Amino acid sequence: MTIDAWLEKVLQDAERRDLPALKPLLEALARSMSALRAADWNDDVANGNILDMRTTDVR
Amino acid sequence: MSAEPRTIAELARALRTRELTASAVTERCLHAIAEQDRLFNAFITVLADEAREQARQADAEIAAGRHRGPLHGVPISLKDLIDLEGTPTTAASRVREAHKAVADATCVARLREAGAIFIGKTNLHEFALGTTNEDSAFGPARHPLDSTRSPGGSSGGSAVSVLAGMAYASIGTDTGGSIRIPSAACGLVGLKPTIGDVPTDGVVPLSRTLDHVGPLCRSVEDAAIVYGALCGVPLRPPTPAPPARGLRLGVLRGYFTALLDPDVESSIEQTHVRLREAGVELRHIDVTHTDEIAAVYTCIALAEAAAVHAKTLEHRADDYTPNVRLRLETGRYILAEDYLRAVRGRDVLIREIDAAMNGLDGLLLPTLPIPASVIGMPTVRIGGSDEQVRGVTLRLTQLFSVTGHPAITIPCGRTLSGLPVGLQIVGHRGRTSALLAMAQSVEPHVDADSIASAGCPPRRSDFSTS
Repeated sequence: MTIDAWLEKVLQDAERRDLPALKPLLEALARSMSALRAADWNDDVANGNILDMRTTDVR
Repeated sequence: MSAEPRTIAELARALRTRELTASAVTERCLHAIAEQDRLFNAFITVLADEAREQARQADAEIAAGRHRGPLHGVPISLKDLIDLEGTPTTAASRVREAHKAVADATCVARLREAGAIFIGKTNLHEFALGTTNEDSAFGPARHPLDSTRSPGGSSGGSAVSVLAGMAYASIGTDTGGSIRIPSAACGLVGLKPTIGDVPTDGVVPLSRTLDHVGPLCRSVEDAAIVYGALCGVPLRPPTPAPPARGLRLGVLRGYFTALLDPDVESSIEQTHVRLREAGVELRHIDVTHTDEIAAVYTCIALAEAAAVHAKTLEHRADDYTPNVRLRLETGRYILAEDYLRAVRGRDVLIREIDAAMNGLDGLLLPTLPIPASVIGMPTVRIGGSDEQVRGVTLRLTQLFSVTGHPAITIPCGRTLSGLPVGLQIVGHRGRTSALLAMAQSVEPHVDADSIASAGCPPRRSDFSTS
C-alpha cells in the first residue's frame, strides 16, 4: 500500500471513529513511514540489492 | 559526619558505622514528602508504614552485625510502573485502578535483597508514553526548582523525589529517554544500562524490545551502587575514580548539535573545554542515517505499545488520558512492512554507533536540547522555529534506546535562569560497568558548582511557590 493510499484510509477510519484529533498524528506518522521507505537499507529484489543482515539480538 | 549525607555512598558509611539510623533517615524522607509533595506531586503512593518497618528491620540487622551492603537501610522510590508486592502499580492510569501486584518485579526483589527501603511509588507520564509527566491520571509532577515547569518524563516523579530529598535514588524506566530526560532536566545522574542488563519482568511494558530499567541518583558512584544491585551482582566502583587523562571520546555533531538551546550549547562547549584541560582526547564524530532515527524509534515504539494496549483500547479507551490514547491509537495503524523496515533500521543504527565508537572509549553529546519545559506548552521556540516538545526532548536520547548502547547523563551546568543541563555519555554495548567507570572519571571535571547545587536536595529558598 502506498503512503498516500494508507493515509487516506486511516484518516477516513479515524473520522468514522470520531477521533479527528488523530489527523496530525497520522500525518506525522506518514512522514515517518515515508522516511523509512526511502532509507537505503531497504531490499531491492529486482536489482539484487538485498542486504546481508540478520536481525541483531537486541537483548 | 554531617547531619545530612548527600549521596548513597555517604549515607551507607554513616549507617554502617551507626552514626545514623535507617529509621531516622526514613523519617527525614517522609517529612520531605509531607512538606513538599502537595506542590510537586512526585508520589502516587507513599509507603510510610511499610518503610518505617523496613527501616526498623534494617537497623536491627545492622546493629547485629549483618550489614548487607551500600543499599542497606537506604530509602529509594520506585516509578509506579514497577511491581512491588502488595501495592498497586497504577502506571499513572485509570486503566490500572484495580491492580495490586502479587509479587515483586525481579529488579525490586534484588533491591529488597540488598536491603533498600521502599519509600513510595512515583508519578509518571501515563504508561511511560510521554516525556513531560503532564498526562497522568494523578496530575502532573512539577519541577522542584520551578513549579511551572515539567521535571521531564516519563520518570518525572522519580526525578523530583531524588532532587527534593524525598529519596536517595529512584528506579525508573527508559524506552526513548525516560530516565535520562528527567535526570537531565533535574540536574541528576541517570543511567540507562545496556539493553537486557536489568530484567524487565514485573514492569508494565511500553515497548518490549526497547524498555530498560535503571537508576536516577545524585552521583555516578550512587548509580553504580544501584545498578549493581539491579543486576544482582553488587558492583563497587573504583575508589578513587580512575583518571580522566587519556580517555578518548567522540563528540557527536551534525544532527546532534543542530537544534540546541543556546544556554545548553554553551554549557556543553564549556564542558568540552574542561575535559580537554583534564587530558581527555575529544574527536569529532559523524554518524549517518540520523535522518531516520526518529522514524525508526516511532515505528517500533508505537507499534509495540499499541499491541500491549489493544485490548484496553477496545474496551476502556476513555480511561486513558486523551493524549496518550491518541498516541496509542496511532500505533495501531502502522503497517507490518513499515514496522519491519524500522527493525531493519535498528540493525543499521546499531552498526553505525558501533562503528562510530571504534577506537574510542565512548561518545559525548547533550542529553536534552532544551532545559525543563513549561507545563502546558506543547511547543518550544528553538533555532528560530517552534518545535514539538515531545520530539525535541526525545531527539538526543531515543537513538541509544533503539540501539541498546548504555548511556548516562550527568549534570554539567545550568542555564542563565538556573535550570540544569545534562551531558550524555554513551558506552559500548554490553559494557555498562565500563561506562560507569568512565563517567566517574569525567564527573569531577564538569562544572563543580552545578554538580554541588543540582546534586543536593535543594534549599527551601530554591523552590518556586508560584
